[in-house]
Amino acid sequence: MVEAILTLMTLGLLFGAGLAFASRVLAVKRDERIEAVEAALPGGNCGACGKAGCGMFAEALVEGRTQIFSCPVADPENLERIAEILDLDIDTDSDRKVAVVRCQGDDEAAKDRFRYIGIKDCNAAQMVAGGHKACEYGCLGQGTCVGDDVCPFDAIYMGPNGLPVIIEEKCTGCGNCVEACPRNIIALMPQGLPVYVLCVSHDGPKYARKACDKACIACGMCVRKCPNEAFVLEDKLAVVDYDKCQAAGVCIDVCPTGALVGPAGSEEKRKEA
Amino acid sequence: MPSKTFRGGVDTPHFKEMSASSPISELPAPEKVTIPLTQHIGAPCEVKVEKGDQVDLGQIIADTDAFVSAPIHASVSGTVEAVTTTRLADGRIVPAVVIASDGEDRWHESVAPKGELRNLDADAIRSIMREAGLVGMGGAAFPTHVKYTPPPGVDLHTIIINGCECEPFLTCDHRVMLEFADEIVFGLEAMMKVAGAKRGLIGIEENKPDAIEALRQAVGDRPYDVIPLKVKYPEGAEKQLISALTGQEVPSGGLPLDLGIVVNNVATAVALANAIKTGQPLIDRVVTVSGDRVGRPGNLRVRIGTSMEDVFDACGGLTEAPERIVIGGPMMGQAVFDISIPITKGCSGVLALSAEIAPVVEEKPCIRCGRCVEVCPSFLMPLYIADYPHEASLEYYPLDCIECGSCSYICPADQRLLERIRLAKVEAEARQRSDDA
Ligand code: SF4
Ligand code: SF4
Ligand code: SF4
Repeated sequence: MVEAILTLMTLGLLFGAGLAFASRVLAVKRDERIEAVEAALPGGNCGACGKAGCGMFAEALVEGRTQIFSCPVADPENLERIAEILDLDIDTDSDRKVAVVRCQGDDEAAKDRFRYIGIKDCNAAQMVAGGHKACEYGCLGQGTCVGDDVCPFDAIYMGPNGLPVIIEEKCTGCGNCVEACPRNIIALMPQGLPVYVLCVSHDGPKYARKACDKACIACGMCVRKCPNEAFVLEDKLAVVDYDKCQAAGVCIDVCPTGALVGPAGSEEKRKEA
Repeated sequence: MPSKTFRGGVDTPHFKEMSASSPISELPAPEKVTIPLTQHIGAPCEVKVEKGDQVDLGQIIADTDAFVSAPIHASVSGTVEAVTTTRLADGRIVPAVVIASDGEDRWHESVAPKGELRNLDADAIRSIMREAGLVGMGGAAFPTHVKYTPPPGVDLHTIIINGCECEPFLTCDHRVMLEFADEIVFGLEAMMKVAGAKRGLIGIEENKPDAIEALRQAVGDRPYDVIPLKVKYPEGAEKQLISALTGQEVPSGGLPLDLGIVVNNVATAVALANAIKTGQPLIDRVVTVSGDRVGRPGNLRVRIGTSMEDVFDACGGLTEAPERIVIGGPMMGQAVFDISIPITKGCSGVLALSAEIAPVVEEKPCIRCGRCVEVCPSFLMPLYIADYPHEASLEYYPLDCIECGSCSYICPADQRLLERIRLAKVEAEARQRSDDA
């Protein structure tokens, strides 16, 4: 009897030790912040953020694939705690991000290389000879980002000219449409920036000009004319350094193709846009 | 006895009469060839020449140490005009070498006969395959020497020569069988030797009785079987051909190699015969030029890297603006938008089709008739896979689809089945990779 108890106890201890050891050594390294963030969320698993539950949302948040405001039920207290964990500065509105369609190559502006007659799906279009658009970077317009299961907030729809449109008031910045797009056209960006570069083409002057009327043709006007030196050309595409930008708006006025859009431009340019 | 075949498949119109009776004619070296450095499945080659270099016909211009790959040779003699990029039929932009021909067709010194077949051992033949840049010429362009390097424990017992040519319009293999039957049998003999195989089979669809006869004659009393097969698409697909000839089924996710079988196209057999007899690497191939928008359909021997445009021009040009231009066959080929695309090792045909033959059809709702299931030669349920992106679609074995297009062809509602299945395959492959990792 005593032996049996002793044997079982020893076994139990051995296995326990083994497990303890294994859980330490074999532990999957996971960002600890994920769990902390999850704990700080309301925990309703309502899915309103567009992710499958608070855990997934926490993960996406820590990995930078979504933003804190995407959880519509989080109260200020929740937000504050999460901000603390992730070392974020939640100066609410200026940090609120929305989806931005970084392409103006609609049916009129962007040329086609051939007529695409396949199914309405951007992934499928991309697979046919690398896409029907002359621009290999721009929106394919087949609306994979506006699909039924993509935006849980109905904040995105296909515009009349073959470009998706974001309803900023509805967008929570969950990032689902960003992930849906095979060409990485949509990005989460702070709302109300002075200027947005609405082009993702790296084609440069020679080809981009032919491919699309609204393309950034890397002419460098914005780089030269910006009084605050906020622009650079990176691989033949204009990029803004928002830390330097003072909303002078000169860039928008000098851009020959209208690839730069934003509230900082002159009245007349804004009407055009 | 009913003729042998596989289960499933469709009867398509053939359109072969346009070019079947026209003998292979030689398209002389064009002024300029653009040779892509990725013409096969596997690792791309690294360029070995520079702008301004003089190159000879058959000289290696790109190669790699990677095993699954095949070197690329100059298909004309002349001067390297540029090392640039070109577009392939599938839309990819890949590195390429442009050579301006000097019109002399001066052979490179490395091109020399490799001696009698009986003096060559398996390793020697395998390295001839590699050096000659041989790849499957039926379309898939899988490096040939790799097929003949089985993993340890696999015994290659059967070699199949594929002369089905089940794609509509294409007649290049048919002509090759008529005009180069002896080379095909020689190639088969060499392949049997590399593999140490006991059985050699040649499968030909029975709508080519002259080719069957020609090969029977060429085989003579050697122990190879020439087997007529039922005319049905996709009879010439690797797994379907194996099932038709041997009754065996390649397991899901498996390769013919798992059954100890290797399948090679007739053109590949001829290329191997040439590589041994004359030392000539793969610098040209026979291409069918056809369709109702081509002036004079026919079969041309074309240098690798010749543009589609040059090929059409040699055949009387395009008579009217075609609705669609296709590289390969109409069932599995690729529609292209740019006829400056060069001919590659795996390209069996270039077609210019009118809207009557290649109409744009409108998709109607699926009526659940089950015809796609009936015809699928891979025994899949295409309609359920085409439900993608529905999660359940991935449970219907999308990766077993050979992309033959039979389902889309037969669908009375003109559902774009294969198009959707391709998307499901991409997703399934991605998941498989992440599971493996
Ligand atoms: S538009 Fe995009 S980011 Fe905005 S809510 Fe919809 S899916 Fe999310
Ligand atoms: S943004 Fe992307 S997903 Fe949306 S229509 Fe354009 S290419 Fe397609
Ligand atoms: S599912 Fe694939 S293998 Fe089956 S008929 Fe369709 S394309 Fe062919």
